[in-house]
Amino acid sequence: MGKKSFRILSPCGILGYGFPDSSFENGLKMKPDAIVVDAGSTDAGPHKLGAGVAIVSRLAAKKDLKRIITGGKKLGIPVLIGSAGGSGGKVHVEWTMDIIDEILREEGFEGTRTAIIWADIPKEEIRKSMSKGEVIPLSPTVKPLEAEALEETTSVVAQMGIEPIVQALSMGAELIVCGRAYDPAPFAAVGIFNGFDKALSYHLGKVLECGALCCNPGTTKDCMMGELYEDHFDVYPCDEKRKCSTLSVAAHTFYEKDHPYILHGPGIIQDLSQCRFEQVAKNRVSVYGSHLIPSDGYWIKLEGARLTSYRTCVIAGVRDPILISKIEEVEDLVRKSVAEQYSEINPALYDISFYNYGLNGVMGELEPLKDLPHEIGVLFQVVAKTQDIASAICASLRSTFMHYGYEGRKATAGNLAFPFAPSDIEFGKVFEFSVYHLMKVSDPTALFPIEMR
Amino acid sequence: MTKLVELAKVLRSKNSGPFQITLDVLFDSRENYERVVRSGVINRENICRAYNLQDKDITEVVFFDSAMGIKVTFNRKISSGSAFDRDVYGAQQHAPLMEFIIP
Repeated sequence: MGKKSFRILSPCGILGYGFPDSSFENGLKMKPDAIVVDAGSTDAGPHKLGAGVAIVSRLAAKKDLKRIITGGKKLGIPVLIGSAGGSGGKVHVEWTMDIIDEILREEGFEGTRTAIIWADIPKEEIRKSMSKGEVIPLSPTVKPLEAEALEETTSVVAQMGIEPIVQALSMGAELIVCGRAYDPAPFAAVGIFNGFDKALSYHLGKVLECGALCCNPGTTKDCMMGELYEDHFDVYPCDEKRKCSTLSVAAHTFYEKDHPYILHGPGIIQDLSQCRFEQVAKNRVSVYGSHLIPSDGYWIKLEGARLTSYRTCVIAGVRDPILISKIEEVEDLVRKSVAEQYSEINPALYDISFYNYGLNGVMGELEPLKDLPHEIGVLFQVVAKTQDIASAICASLRSTFMHYGYEGRKATAGNLAFPFAPSDIEFGKVFEFSVYHLMKVSDPTALFPIEMR
Repeated sequence: MTKLVELAKVLRSKNSGPFQITLDVLFDSRENYERVVRSGVINRENICRAYNLQDKDITEVVFFDSAMGIKVTFNRKISSGSAFDRDVYGAQQHAPLMEFIIP
């Protein structure tokens, strides 16, 4: 091993979420050996992947990228971006590269040795693996992948592990733009490439990929430093207002994972049950004892989304106590009335639903409380095979609901308070995750081609 | 008799991938953590009752002593952001757990 320690600067939790200039400058003064930032998330639902749009604005992405690339150039250290554009598909990577090219031109950094690692998986490869029984659902409620679902899926990406990133580093890339990547992978890859322990590097990556979220106060919008050593790593914030505590760092492994200390990634399983956390300075924590347990083969996580329907919706308020006392009953009657009015439209082509905010709008059937409120915000939506059907049914639903003469009604002039005119909102396409499966691969790099520019 | 929310430092919900929701209860005192664990109140049966779930919907109930935290993970009925989902990030599904009474 060349160096005794290796320092990684993570500017923020998601590229484009932003970070204070002062923290970033502090971070640069500490002389990091690499800057790594995660740009990805499936949190915002399947639409970003399916429709091929980014999760942050172009302006926000450029603002962060410009500071990160300039910082990396100033110190002569590599810059790595994970899951470019959020979903990490071809269009998301191209969107990111368009911004990067603009920055490189504007700042006079043309000729920067740039590696793009693509993460789009050809459907043919997936079909081959399906026929061998090597594509399995990733979650208990995910159905086995079928040919039809795959066909209807716009495009499929897979989360890369460290291997293609390590390869890009060995090719001398100064700037690495990854398509979809396992969030900790770009962080782990720079550590492992520089000879540090695999388990510690992955665990550090898991902490750093969220920016300063493991601090008190925690946020994804601030900079964090990680330092790898032979038998442990340190983490600390770049902003003096924040602190890492043994509790905040230990607790972070819980975040967004189904299990608190067993974490699955491409080709690895992390076991963090034996970790020891030590407060070594008032804002700094050392972590010892991260382990990897052998994984049965190398499985990559596939993600894909398909268009299911189009949506139109209406937001309205109800203040009438008589209507509130029987709101769900009235909604059922309204729903039936609309189906009768449009008997020529096959009911299989559309679906109606009411969210009653104030009653159980947030939790739906999981809501344990049954108390009646004094007012309800009703969101009703129609999803249908076409936008035209969704809008036609929704308009009828709105006018029927507005004037519905339910049993016991006294307010005969109207049932709903609309905050907007016009009241009906066309939402456009609705997607769902149609591919959320694991696929076995024999070579961790084969499906993630590297393009050097 | 104390509500769980009064003993916990952090009590939250979030997606764990698009098909599951995970509840985290984190403590900043060993005493409070152990009191909650010892009470046995956080169990599959009580979670099913509080969330209208069936036992098969719950995939994990884990107590992590060294981090003083409890994690409960359950399957979503509708995956994140699909038609008729109500909470795309799964960030507002924790309130019923706050109300658990710890003796």
